[in-house]
Amino acid sequence: MRKYSVFAIAREALRGHTGWPEQWASPEPKKEYDVIIVGAGGHGLATAYYLAKEHGITNVAVLEKGWLGGGNTGRNTTIIRSNYLYDESAGIYDHAVKLWEGLSQELNYNVMFSQRGVMMLAHNVHDVQVFKRHIHANRLNGVDNVWLSPQEAKEYCPPLNISPQARYPVMGAALQRRGGTARHDAVAWGYARAASARGVHIIQNCAVTAIRRGPDGAVTGVETTRGPIRARKIGVVAAGHSSVLMQMAGVSVPLESFPLQALVSEPVKPVFPCVVMSNTVHAYISQSDKGELVIGAGTDQYTSYAQAGSLHIVQHTLDAICEMFPIFTRMKMLRSWGGTVDVTPDRSPILAKTPVKGLYVNCGWGTGGFKATPGSGHVFAHTIARDEPHPINAPFTLERFRTGRLIDEAAAAAVAH
Amino acid sequence: MLLIYCPYCEEERPELEFRHAGEAHIARPENIAGISDEAFERYFFIRSNPKGIAYERWRHIHGCARFFNAARDTVSDRFLATYRTGEPKPRLEGEGQ
Amino acid sequence: MAGAFRLPAAGRLDAGRTLRFTFDGVSHTGLAGDTLASALLANGVHLVGRSFKYHRPRGILAAGAEEPNALVGIHRDAARRTPNVRATVQELYDGLNAVSQNRWPSLSFDVGALNDLAAPFFSAGFYYKTFMWPRAAWERLYEPVIRRAAGLGVAPDQPDPDNYSNRFAHCDVLVVGAGPAGLAAALAAAEAGARVILADEQPQPGGSLRFESGAVIDGKPGWEWAQETVARLAAKDNVRILTRTTGFGYYAHNMVALAERLTDHLAAPDAQAPRERLWQVRAGRVVLATGAIERHMVFPGNDRPGIMLAAAGRTYLNHYGVAVGRRVAVYTACDSAYAAALDLKKQGIAVPVLVDARQAPQGGLVEQAREAGIEVLAGHAVTGTRGRLRLSAIEVVPVAGGPQRRVEADALLTSAGWTPAVHLFSQSRGKLAYDAGTGRFLPGTHAQNAVCVGACNGTTDLGMVVEEALHAGAEAAGQTGAQARGATARPEARSPEGWSAGIAGPAPGAEAGKGGKAFVDFQNDVTAKDIAQAVREGMRSIEHVKRFTTTGMATDQGKTSNLHALAIAARMLDKPVPEVGLTTFRPPYTPVTFGALVGHGRGALFEPTRRTPIHAWAEAHGAVFEDVGQWKRAWYFPKDGEDMHAAVARECRTVRQAAGIFDASTLGKIEVVGPDAARFMELMYTNPWARLEVGRCRYGIMLREDGFIYDDGVVGRLAEDRFHVTTTTGGAPRVLHHMEDYLQTEFPHLKVWLTSTTEQWAVIAVQGPRARDIVAPLVEGVDLSDAAMPHMSVRTCRVCGVPARLFRISFTGERGFEINVPADHGLAVWEAVWAQGERHGAVAYGTETMHVLRAEKGFIIVGQDTDGTVTPDDAGLAWAIGKKKTDFVGIRGLRRTDLVAPGRRQLIGLKTLDPSIVLEEGAQIVADPNQKVPMKMLGFVTSAYWSENCGHSIALALVEDGRARMGERLYVPMPDGTIEVEVTSTVFFDEKGERVHG
Repeated sequence: MRKYSVFAIAREALRGHTGWPEQWASPEPKKEYDVIIVGAGGHGLATAYYLAKEHGITNVAVLEKGWLGGGNTGRNTTIIRSNYLYDESAGIYDHAVKLWEGLSQELNYNVMFSQRGVMMLAHNVHDVQVFKRHIHANRLNGVDNVWLSPQEAKEYCPPLNISPQARYPVMGAALQRRGGTARHDAVAWGYARAASARGVHIIQNCAVTAIRRGPDGAVTGVETTRGPIRARKIGVVAAGHSSVLMQMAGVSVPLESFPLQALVSEPVKPVFPCVVMSNTVHAYISQSDKGELVIGAGTDQYTSYAQAGSLHIVQHTLDAICEMFPIFTRMKMLRSWGGTVDVTPDRSPILAKTPVKGLYVNCGWGTGGFKATPGSGHVFAHTIARDEPHPINAPFTLERFRTGRLIDEAAAAAVAH
Repeated sequence: MLLIYCPYCEEERPELEFRHAGEAHIARPENIAGISDEAFERYFFIRSNPKGIAYERWRHIHGCARFFNAARDTVSDRFLATYRTGEPKPRLEGEGQ
Repeated sequence: MAGAFRLPAAGRLDAGRTLRFTFDGVSHTGLAGDTLASALLANGVHLVGRSFKYHRPRGILAAGAEEPNALVGIHRDAARRTPNVRATVQELYDGLNAVSQNRWPSLSFDVGALNDLAAPFFSAGFYYKTFMWPRAAWERLYEPVIRRAAGLGVAPDQPDPDNYSNRFAHCDVLVVGAGPAGLAAALAAAEAGARVILADEQPQPGGSLRFESGAVIDGKPGWEWAQETVARLAAKDNVRILTRTTGFGYYAHNMVALAERLTDHLAAPDAQAPRERLWQVRAGRVVLATGAIERHMVFPGNDRPGIMLAAAGRTYLNHYGVAVGRRVAVYTACDSAYAAALDLKKQGIAVPVLVDARQAPQGGLVEQAREAGIEVLAGHAVTGTRGRLRLSAIEVVPVAGGPQRRVEADALLTSAGWTPAVHLFSQSRGKLAYDAGTGRFLPGTHAQNAVCVGACNGTTDLGMVVEEALHAGAEAAGQTGAQARGATARPEARSPEGWSAGIAGPAPGAEAGKGGKAFVDFQNDVTAKDIAQAVREGMRSIEHVKRFTTTGMATDQGKTSNLHALAIAARMLDKPVPEVGLTTFRPPYTPVTFGALVGHGRGALFEPTRRTPIHAWAEAHGAVFEDVGQWKRAWYFPKDGEDMHAAVARECRTVRQAAGIFDASTLGKIEVVGPDAARFMELMYTNPWARLEVGRCRYGIMLREDGFIYDDGVVGRLAEDRFHVTTTTGGAPRVLHHMEDYLQTEFPHLKVWLTSTTEQWAVIAVQGPRARDIVAPLVEGVDLSDAAMPHMSVRTCRVCGVPARLFRISFTGERGFEINVPADHGLAVWEAVWAQGERHGAVAYGTETMHVLRAEKGFIIVGQDTDGTVTPDDAGLAWAIGKKKTDFVGIRGLRRTDLVAPGRRQLIGLKTLDPSIVLEEGAQIVADPNQKVPMKMLGFVTSAYWSENCGHSIALALVEDGRARMGERLYVPMPDGTIEVEVTSTVFFDEKGERVHG
């Protein structure tokens, strides 16, 4: 892997940038690998990278039915934070934040991780109670998260409307300063390049059509649109399509796939310094390095794989944005798009072994999987390599839905009474 | 915004009048108190989540308030049929397993 | 004369109607009907903007919505500043004030242009490869610098005073685009009797007929026919014509979103009038007549101000009467640019050369150009351009090689061909088909009930366009059941122009020029070399190329550039174009104002506000309100400058000493009626109901099937077959939905009817030792004695002469009544109760006092002391589960392994060792405050208050094995020190519960 640096750029500038090598190889698939990862999104590519780097397993193929990073990795609003309530969640998301903090250097790829702070607004007494519960739990878990008064929130984010006359006045906010955003494509590309450099095969335009199992029930490989490929270990990291893939191995999962939309405004000069989220009015907003306001909308109510949602969902989100930031009404929506997110009953992911030997699953990240990318890949690689979960992902089992030991982040943010 | 045919009102109405109510044809077990953990998990948590034709429940909550069933293609979001609660799954062309 | 470049004999504007405007503070004059772009060009102003990355001087490329370069800020007043407005779309009005963007200190001298010198460094995706060292510098240094350099215009800094509107519409046929195709389709559909909506983004319909000088339809010049057709359509009552209206989004089930601009073209709009209106049209059939977009030629130096699209130059000439230069050269790879050259020549403008990339162009237009004396250089390329802020010359070389020739020119019109505008078709999820013969993506398989006509369908001959459109319009009308009222006459249409030829990617012979950068995407400064570099670096999908180079991601979304980028990538990869893929078209077609999408949903109309019948009284008595769901609830009633603490302390004290009156109207209420009502209640709640006597009440707990507490409330049995169910304030709709779900789908055999009565009843709670004294004088026909009406009973009666349901219940632990009266009488009855209450020293109290008083008694609030992970046993409510019941919702979920395992968090009380400290709700509880982070947390505080009545603080908490820890010392570590607490019972006041009877 040729090192990226300002000197490398200067050298290339002299010859019109004609000497850059391919960032990742595009090999033909081999007949057999030690491990197959299904899905070349951020999580899948990170898994492959850590398999190679941490566990020395380099005979790995990452199979992608489209183009790498083209699913939810390339469609999300890139919010990164770890101020989750439960110990298990704080554990995995903070593991990710710590990896984010050195990721550009680790991958020698600038993923533009920007710890601009993530501020979550409280609009009623119930929000205040819930956020304070988070703040206190986070502090004792070693995760930064502080309470801001409305005035402090306004200082942190000047466009915010803190008028008591607002329909839902801001009563305060929880701020995680280590939270922020990153450049989504760069994350996929950086992991792809680093994994490829360690010998991992990234095979695009290769859809898995079946998962093969031997007489003992263990997996033996996959059928793909580019022929059969053998492997004793298969990790499914297919986000919205996880149900479809797991079904190929005869495993039913507690997932539903919903359309989730996002949009950007036209680019403008810096006006929005951080990330702001409001669960009560359903709005998520930041400004990209390019100057676009990046806005996350909610899910449609019905399941769908269409990667498109309804206009009224976008409208509802912009209602909230313009209510909180009335200076943005004259801004224009430049582009909107949809993704397909896989949602579990407790809104926590599944990173686990499955009842099928050699089959591992990493799914159920719902609307917020991007933030976990490095941490998820790291512990999932461990799970596959050792055939046992890393302590950090041990609670995120498939079995929890049978025993009732849920990690219910959704319930923790319970609806107003 | 989807356009949904309510089989009770016998009219197409905009999605805003409806609430999606999850997968259809999952009956609450008769002797629910006595079923196994596994059966309970299957009933309450496991969903088929198909890419293709999904059988699902809707409620015309801001209309007749009735629950009904629908068959919809989750790739195109096209409705193939809507039908009343208690009626069997309709036979559809091009249906997968 | 409005501008030195305005031609007296050309154009359709009225030379007498002049308008003044300013650009960067300089005053100019234009004409009514001008766009800002045409008015600037009339005044010889070509330099309008600066590019995103290199800050290169940029002019006006287009004459419509596809414009990538000429973006300006329009400043109507301090609060009405709109960034990134395309000058080619902004209509001129008197007094218009436009400013250029992305430049400092001025447009003609921009320091940012230094970036252009460093351009070799700023190659595609360079930022992914550097700025990584030292680590902290990314956020402190590099990123802020990049951010300041990026962005285009400046966001407004004041709230927008304008209004926006929103409409839903239905029609048989929606026609998007009112060029010749759209007009013909609309006419045919309308004359067949269909309800038609015709939308076009321009102020006047006509589309390409604006510039197509040779078009003749029905024996008339094309533009004239268009205006007559519009008049015919407008006269019909089954047609709605929307101009200045862009069809921007095609959604599921034939829902098309249109954005109508209502006031941006007016000098003095009515301040109350909506600025824009969003139309959401549900159409039986959609006719897409969205036309085609001309592509520029990709050659070195192709971005200099003065270089523009051929049809744009022609539009400025034929419609606006503006010459885009004195010496206008042409560079093309297709025929349609010849028509531009001929039109210019006819107006006496010098056309020094027409450079054609094709070796041997043929046809009528080519011949005409030669006959008109235009020097046609076939098989040539433009390999460079000259001029700093405006084009001064072009360099021309034979494609096959040869001597370079310099041609003086102050403008250059280019055309590489036309790209069908398939955006909406693609958004409708229709599949595109690549036509290798013409190098175009055309509509293939439709996914919705729509049809494409005209240029967007690849039909380029005007006669065929009109024919096709008339057919489609009539067919659409027939399909939606319109009764034919007679066929439309079929006018003959012809035009000398053909639009189908052209090239994509760099112009032949111009790739290797040293004349500078050959831009593909102007606004984002993406060159042909950048695309090539991306492919070399392994970006093999067009989506990767797009994201790596940012081509097609600017505010024009690649309307002129996408096909070029795709062709370059395909050539590099040696693959057919369709295999590299076309990027997905996403809504919106052109940027849409947030305000238009928001419509009226701002301020008070952002979400409905629900107020109780007693709200006005509370407001008049100084209540502070809190938001609970959509409700405004009186929170506390401060008196004489009291703060919240003092007011709540007074209210709490008074309720227990005398009485308090509380507006409980927001409580959810559901009437459960029918012969099987009790059986249904047995299934929906954990409690037993069958033996509950008529006239008695019971506290009920509702679970979800998973066994966790979902809702609670007091239920009164009014008759054998009638229950008055109350729910939490926020829970009423979902509880009713939950009940209906089970009733309709799981227990349809039960004869039960459910009715939401939340809004029907106003509820006035009277609580305290004097409650009965207050209520008694107002109640008719009920014996209120403890023997006749004990705690937990309900009577139907009259209060203040109004039909009422009177509950003897208590959420305070005091003797209490809740009077339910029809909402319309709520305020009157409240006032009567209040008058009685005042005699007895009662207070009005709010939700905060309600919370404190119930916490003193250990009563839970679902959603505060429970969070969706709490079972009845966790909450100390196991007694409320009917032990003999064999079924209720949640019965199985409750028995799951983890729900019966030891070590669950249980609700307990906490007392702080220092009684004056009030714990913080949400604070976490540990056994060992000195352990290292991450700490083992045993639980958390769910409720905490100062209890005036107890004289110390109180708290409820969920704590691991809490009930086994009575008396144990635990710790609450706070940022400023650890608080010691003792585990207690959840009941802090009147532990024996005597006061409800007292």
